Amino acid sequence: MDIQLKRGLLDICVLAAIKSRDSYGYKIIKDMKPYIELSESTLYTILKRLENANMLTVRTAEHGGRLRKYYHITEIGLKRIEDFKDEWKEIMSIYQFVTKEEEDND
Amino acid sequence: MTKSEFLWQLRNGLQGLPRDDIEERVNFYSEMIDDRMEEGLSEAEAVSEIGDVNTVVAQILEETPLAKIVKEKVKPSRAIKVWEIVFLVLGSPIWLSLLIAAFSIFLAVYIVIWSVVIALWSIEVSFVACALGGFVAAAAFAFRGNVLIALAMLSAGICLAGLSILMFFACKAVTKAMVWLTGKIALGIKTMFVGKGKKND
Repeated sequence: MDIQLKRGLLDICVLAAIKSRDSYGYKIIKDMKPYIELSESTLYTILKRLENANMLTVRTAEHGGRLRKYYHITEIGLKRIEDFKDEWKEIMSIYQFVTKEEEDND
Repeated sequence: MTKSEFLWQLRNGLQGLPRDDIEERVNFYSEMIDDRMEEGLSEAEAVSEIGDVNTVVAQILEETPLAKIVKEKVKPSRAIKVWEIVFLVLGSPIWLSLLIAAFSIFLAVYIVIWSVVIALWSIEVSFVACALGGFVAAAAFAFRGNVLIALAMLSAGICLAGLSILMFFACKAVTKAMVWLTGKIALGIKTMFVGKGKKND
């Protein structure tokens, strides 16, 4: 897959992973695993990027006698997901056009 | 490998990056290993799932901008004394020219690498131009009734067109290799600044 495209998609995936409730690093990787493989260092970079873009906030909470970072999606992050869905509708209609052209030519 | 060994090697490998960045990375990986162990993995299994520590360090360095690394390196760990400033100014004819020389060498290497790419693409362009020239000349000679020369021109044109197609793939491959090479050189420069420094310990 194109690197730029994959980068953009991974951002959305991470946002989606924390959309319904706050999540932590390992859980994000686990939740995404059936769909897309993600290494720890890639996740770290994505989380930093999303935090800098104010799409998520970070809080540290105690868990089982140690500290764990939880990520919470912001309004901007939620809007990014909605924008992505709209963009994807456009892409899907282009995809349908492309595959339809191929069928017509066959 | 145990968790503390992994984190120790990670911390060592990242020496030279800003202190806060190192702490954040180490805490991140520490949490990742703890969470895996909570799932029931053994310590060794949890660490091996994270991957090879050297690969992790290389990945982090690739993502860190060179400017950030250099900035951290030149940042004095304590206040500079007056006599040091005087020395710096007096010594500037020496260190400044050495710095410029070092920078020029890197720049030269960079230019040399890309000259190869530009040269290859120039050959490709000239092949295409000559092929087209051959076809035009063939048409012109044929028009004047000089069939033998026209045929010679035509075959030369076809040969060059064929060469240009082969050359195109060669150029593409070399360009890709050079992009990879410059990436590796950048990583090499970064590792010159990062990793070995144990003076902060």
